[in-house]
Amino acid sequence: MEHIVIIGNGISGVTAARHIRRLSDKKITIISSEADYFFSRTALMYVYMGHMKFEHTQPYENNFWVKNNINLKNGFVKHVDTSRKILRLENDEKVHFNKLIIATGSNSNKFGWPGQDLEGVTGLYHKQDLENIEKYTTSTTRAVVVGGGLIGIELTEMLLSRNISVTFLVREKSFWDIVLPREESEMINRHILEHGIDLKLETGLKEIIADENGRTKAVITDKGETIACQLVGLTAGVSPNIHFLKGSGIELGRGVKVDRFLRTNVEDIYAIGDCAEQHQAIGNRRPIEAVWYTGRMMGETVAKTICGKPMQYNPGNWFNSAKFLDIEYQTYGWVFAQPKENEEHFYWEHRSGKKCIRFVYDKNTREFIGTNILGIRMRHEFFDKALTEKQSIDYVMHNLSAANFDPEFFTRHEVEIKTAFPHQLQPA
Amino acid sequence: MSSTITNLSVIQHSNAMQSTKQKAALAIGLSGLFILALALLNVQLPNKAIWLSISLAAIVAGTVMYANDLYLHHPAGIKNNGIWFKSLTSKGVLGWSLGILLTLFYVIIYWYPQYLGFNGEKGNTGLIAFFDPLSKLLNGHAASQWFVYGTLYTVAILSLGYKFILKYRHNKYQVVRTVSVMFFQLAFAFLIPEILSKLNPDKAYFTKDIKNMWPLNYYFFEDWHLKNLISGGNLGMFMLLFGLVLIFIGSPILTYFFGKRWYCSWVCGCGGLAETAGDSFRHLSNKSTKAWKFERWSIHLVLVFVFITTVSVIHSFLSNNPGYSIITRNQFIYGVAAFIAVLIGGLYFFKRKNMDKDAVYTMVSLAVVLVAVMLLNQFSGKQNILFIDSYKLRQWYGFAIGAAFSGVIGVGFYPLLGSRVWCRFGCPMAAILGLQQRLFSRFRITTNGGQCISCGNCSNACEMGIDVRAYAQKGENIVRSSCVGCGICSAVCPRGVLKLENGKEEGRINGGAVLLGNDVDLLQLLKNKN
Repeated sequence: MEHIVIIGNGISGVTAARHIRRLSDKKITIISSEADYFFSRTALMYVYMGHMKFEHTQPYENNFWVKNNINLKNGFVKHVDTSRKILRLENDEKVHFNKLIIATGSNSNKFGWPGQDLEGVTGLYHKQDLENIEKYTTSTTRAVVVGGGLIGIELTEMLLSRNISVTFLVREKSFWDIVLPREESEMINRHILEHGIDLKLETGLKEIIADENGRTKAVITDKGETIACQLVGLTAGVSPNIHFLKGSGIELGRGVKVDRFLRTNVEDIYAIGDCAEQHQAIGNRRPIEAVWYTGRMMGETVAKTICGKPMQYNPGNWFNSAKFLDIEYQTYGWVFAQPKENEEHFYWEHRSGKKCIRFVYDKNTREFIGTNILGIRMRHEFFDKALTEKQSIDYVMHNLSAANFDPEFFTRHEVEIKTAFPHQLQPA
Repeated sequence: MSSTITNLSVIQHSNAMQSTKQKAALAIGLSGLFILALALLNVQLPNKAIWLSISLAAIVAGTVMYANDLYLHHPAGIKNNGIWFKSLTSKGVLGWSLGILLTLFYVIIYWYPQYLGFNGEKGNTGLIAFFDPLSKLLNGHAASQWFVYGTLYTVAILSLGYKFILKYRHNKYQVVRTVSVMFFQLAFAFLIPEILSKLNPDKAYFTKDIKNMWPLNYYFFEDWHLKNLISGGNLGMFMLLFGLVLIFIGSPILTYFFGKRWYCSWVCGCGGLAETAGDSFRHLSNKSTKAWKFERWSIHLVLVFVFITTVSVIHSFLSNNPGYSIITRNQFIYGVAAFIAVLIGGLYFFKRKNMDKDAVYTMVSLAVVLVAVMLLNQFSGKQNILFIDSYKLRQWYGFAIGAAFSGVIGVGFYPLLGSRVWCRFGCPMAAILGLQQRLFSRFRITTNGGQCISCGNCSNACEMGIDVRAYAQKGENIVRSSCVGCGICSAVCPRGVLKLENGKEEGRINGGAVLLGNDVDLLQLLKNKN
């Protein structure tokens, strides 16, 4: 019987395993050194904050894997022998495979800062990161988080929940402004300050210094300021976790290079999720997408290919979501920080300063291109359909109340938004 | 440049530590309870009315101050920090202690009210006597253990409801819903019956009890209760009719349009306590599939139990009091048999695809057995239509389900099994509404396309132990009979995935949904949905 081995038990690897099982009775083995069972890494923050226990981050009961005849193996793959199709684990155990799926995810970026490997310095990605943060917390009253993106603000929120004062170093002019347009970004800046976080914009990390025991004592910023702290969070993005593949003959770029069928250059070896890098970016998407749902979609796609129904990875309309402290964020279609030449942006902000919506559409054709929403929930199905059908901004405006996904009784803003829309609405 | 930085936080984020204000508030609240404890120990307080007012005011004021300090200095948002760390809310020593205390309280109030000072004719002492002034003011009588219980119950819902509203002040659904349960408890469950009682001193209590709804109030059709109502003049007849209309017309209509939440998390007193006082324990419910299996057996068995009990007591009521009723016992028995046959037959023919095989099998065989037993006994002219003495049956129901399950386990075990143990495993009312919600209702929790990140906040927060995430991560809507529509799953979701909605029945249950995001033929997808 064909043996499918999957390295990594994150959302990508586990989705692949589930779908291969659905489509076939092949032997499936998932190897991971991170955790015995699949867990949702996006929920690690809630474990630290005490909202949940670690076991609650596991979407399937432990007997699920036995019931579905999926073997779980705890081990760290050290080497892939592509010609003999053998994996060598850290304990020198060998695992033979017929087909291999690499789904090893990412590691937190470290940009060679002096002191980046000191005791008290951590990223936020792996289960082990959480264990380290927990360990450091007992002796931490002040922390510095470096990197103004989604993980940085999550780590900041976590530390606040334990009454740790946080200085948040953001290299850019404004929070996550490589992705968010100015108004949205400034709204989040204000919200960060509202939570009592010491936000330092346009400030980078120069060095982390240790006390006499080799434990983090302070950071020095690129502006020369020294900030005493016992914990440093490095959250300046992630990059593919593929170190163990060097020299294996599998083509690597920043990630594992794959074609649209998620095949590497070596036959019978595939890569999916955070660690996979497309030869050619798909549409406006980046060649490497470290997003939950793309991992899930790649897992589903590769399962079909492996089970004899070759299928291209073909992600649909872009969407994403996040939560910045108390403010929820959703986006559908493409909204860039800087408008493109053919684009018109319409931005509405509620007087509370905690809700806003931005619509991007084509100046000439009035085709709807994308939306950013903060503090209001919107219906994925509505916008996905509007984008697929290439509907106009006027259609979207006319049907705004059908798009709303806020809970019942929430104050609705469609009328306000439509009134604020500066151009004459045209019949959709 | 080097700088030492003091704490820049303008607000304290830690919930693990209590501020000075919170400690003071706690002391005030506890002093209110302490006065009650003194009364319980028969310490003679000079002016009961004043001391009782001070005591209740201190409990409410303490809770309000505590909640204000806990929530109002923070930006509005989800406040669950540390619930799995704190001893009280994570089955620690404090949780167990509170559980034992509450359980004891329920055991005493149900079976040993004399320890609280209830001495029947001899006049009250202790804690019960302490409530005499309030009882006289409201209903004109001396207090009973149930008056004391009702008062404390109402105080708990009002003060902890206030806390809940502050906690979820950013979420209007939660605010409106909580105001509703607070209102129904205060007005319908507490004040109106008491005041009607004062205005109609000659009539029995149950002619004034507007919140009466079978089968939660399982005694609705018992002979003493029916006699109370029928001989209770206009008021009694109104309550009888109101009760019947609510059971057979009002409830099905409301449940069709809004799901069982209209009752369970908007009106019901048990639900009201669970949503307010029980909120801190909601995450303790068991989410395993084993618990779900147990739930389906246990709640439906209670439903069958209450149904049998009710049929049997009505039967003996009709046998013993032919003059009271417009129908004869023969008509009743054939009517019930026809009702079961039509109901189960209808379910089998129209809805069996929506039910698991074992559920259909159990349901049909149970109906056959029930009807057969009833007819067998009817033809053999037996008094006990279901073999068992109806008086014994209801005694057992009252003891095992009415008192032990709903009270002792239902509330006493809040800190151990979560706040909805009774509603989930035992309440026959929830069972009926749940069956309807699953099969004939417009209510569902919609999943928002492909936005779910499987974090598990929704499942964790579900007081009914529904593994919400299992549906959400597949893009499926949640249509579960047990869902009481509290809306907390939607509130705690960090990605805006869940929405409680009433809508068209088509496409409501969408098992095998395609997750949005993958390149699928969208029009095909929509076609399949409709």
